[in-house]
Amino acid sequence: MTSDLFNLGYQFLVNISFLMFAAMGLTIVLGMLNIINLAHGEFIMMGAYTATIAVHNGVPFVLAVMLATFAVGIFGAVIERLVIRRFYGNKLNALVATFGLSLIISQGTLLLFGPFLQGIKMPLGGFKVGDYSYATYLLVIAGLAFVVLGALWFLFYRTRLGVDMRATMQNPDMARALGVNTSRIYMFSFALGAALAGLTGALYAPTTTIVPLFGSSFIAPAFITVVIGGGANPLIGALASSSLLALVQTPLSSEFSAFAGRIGLMFAALLMMRFLPDGLSHYIQAAFLNRRRARAEKSR
Amino acid sequence: MSSYNSLAAPGTSASPRSFLERTGLDGQLTVFGGRWYWSLFVLVFGAAATFPIYGSVFTALNFTSFLINVPLALGLALLWGYCGVLSFGQVAFFGIGGYAYGVLAINWGLGAATVGAAVCALGLTALAAAAFGYFLFYGRVSAWIIPVLTLVLTLMLETFLGQTAGLEWRIGDAQLGGFNGMTNIPSITVGPFSFDGFSLPLFYLVLALVALTLAGLRMLANSHFGHVSMAIQEDQERAELLGYDIRRYQLTIFVIAGLLAGLSGILYASWGNFIQPTSVGLLASTFPVLWVAVSGRRSLTSVAIGTVALSALSDTLAVYSGELAFVVMGAILLFGMMAAPNGMVITLLRGIARLSRARK
Repeated sequence: MTSDLFNLGYQFLVNISFLMFAAMGLTIVLGMLNIINLAHGEFIMMGAYTATIAVHNGVPFVLAVMLATFAVGIFGAVIERLVIRRFYGNKLNALVATFGLSLIISQGTLLLFGPFLQGIKMPLGGFKVGDYSYATYLLVIAGLAFVVLGALWFLFYRTRLGVDMRATMQNPDMARALGVNTSRIYMFSFALGAALAGLTGALYAPTTTIVPLFGSSFIAPAFITVVIGGGANPLIGALASSSLLALVQTPLSSEFSAFAGRIGLMFAALLMMRFLPDGLSHYIQAAFLNRRRARAEKSR
Repeated sequence: MSSYNSLAAPGTSASPRSFLERTGLDGQLTVFGGRWYWSLFVLVFGAAATFPIYGSVFTALNFTSFLINVPLALGLALLWGYCGVLSFGQVAFFGIGGYAYGVLAINWGLGAATVGAAVCALGLTALAAAAFGYFLFYGRVSAWIIPVLTLVLTLMLETFLGQTAGLEWRIGDAQLGGFNGMTNIPSITVGPFSFDGFSLPLFYLVLALVALTLAGLRMLANSHFGHVSMAIQEDQERAELLGYDIRRYQLTIFVIAGLLAGLSGILYASWGNFIQPTSVGLLASTFPVLWVAVSGRRSLTSVAIGTVALSALSDTLAVYSGELAFVVMGAILLFGMMAAPNGMVITLLRGIARLSRARK
């Protein structure tokens, strides 16, 4: 019984961290730049490739992960300068353009590196609870998801850069008038989103085979998470919607199949959209603000 | 919007309206039109129809596979250019049409039954589009969510079809076949004519369907319905305040676009006698968007021309390397969106039209 419960809890944590990692970069880019980056999956794939190639060349895994994060972040900054900035304010055109970009990256990788890359071993081994055996590494990733979320919270709410970012998100004209270099903030935000994608790819590289379509297993869950979370508040959105979706996915995939879990995600997304079209973060934020307002009025 | 300033179609001339304008074949919402346009229209389709006589039959048969894409692309042009709804999921409806036709045709057998199978497959596609569209439009999701969710639909469908390799995935006599796809689908057959990929009947059928779709969609675009949907794409709130149920209009156009995609899927299954998950998947979903974006989503004619040209180009490149074809297509899409966000083909055609007018 307890081992069954542990199993479910473990699966839940693994699923929630997967969704969070897949979606975090995407939702920050959506929230800050009001752009959906369809090449996000390819950024994740680039992270996996960078880390894998680095490990093959003798770099320790932890360093390789950091390298991948940094490299994809830089790549993101370059892409923002060359491509993305032409599409601010035109979401649909940005979608199409990044779609073209994703095609170039994934097929270019196929052309350069061939259909697959030799994988890397999963570090840290495993442990057993009851009849089931578990990978320690996946638990570490789950923990890291919350660490990264905490770090992002710190960045957004406790640093000067975060204040500038939130100001730009809320009212770019006013932020500019107050001396914020919004153009640089946009570039940094996109690079941050790309770096998170790189981190995701690097962290998940040991868990699966490294192929040019590596990113495509992330994008469907990532988009669903983002759509449900909404762009009102990236952090709350990512956390709330990935918890909710993991709640839907975990029982379905452990009872039936991984595919049933995915289909469940899709239907959850359709229903949520029908009834909460603005995204979870919007409603949570509204409820939070209402409560704060009510409390302020009471104390007055 | 400046795109209303049509070059050749005189929507508001003082002279009594011509036959073309009364029927809606020409009008304010179609970019090109007038005597020159329709002369060229007849000339191009006439030249294409007689091509097997003076050209080569082989080329004509090859061309069929490019023409099959045109209804799919025109549907997306209507949806995106005239209604402001961008869908990455048109290939899903292409696949639903193709697979539904395959299952029905395999079970119902040859001959006239294949026509029934095609009609029923169209109905099923429309049903699927209506069901999915209901959630999108009646949920009033914002415009950017629709492309994302339709893309997710495509991915799900590809994953689902890819894992149907086992023997348990059969519907009657039809085996879904996993990644290898469904094979031995009978071609549409009417009397002595078999509409397959090895003979000319399908070429003529597709050519006629393309001409009909183009003319029909022009009439739709210039009708009251088309004007309302254009108003919705310009400003949803304003259209709604004027009393239009925008959800109904959007859903209707979504279903029409789905139907046209399904039509292409059925023709494809009849052409190649097979359909596979890759024609539904992520890579395939690039093509309709690419054709429409690069051609010019506000101009049905440009989309028809661009679709055939780009299909031919990617087909030629794929002979050398499939990956290279995709990289080049991706580059065309990316640079097309950066250099000519309204479409390259339409920019080109506009330039030609302007030149020919300047000379007069």
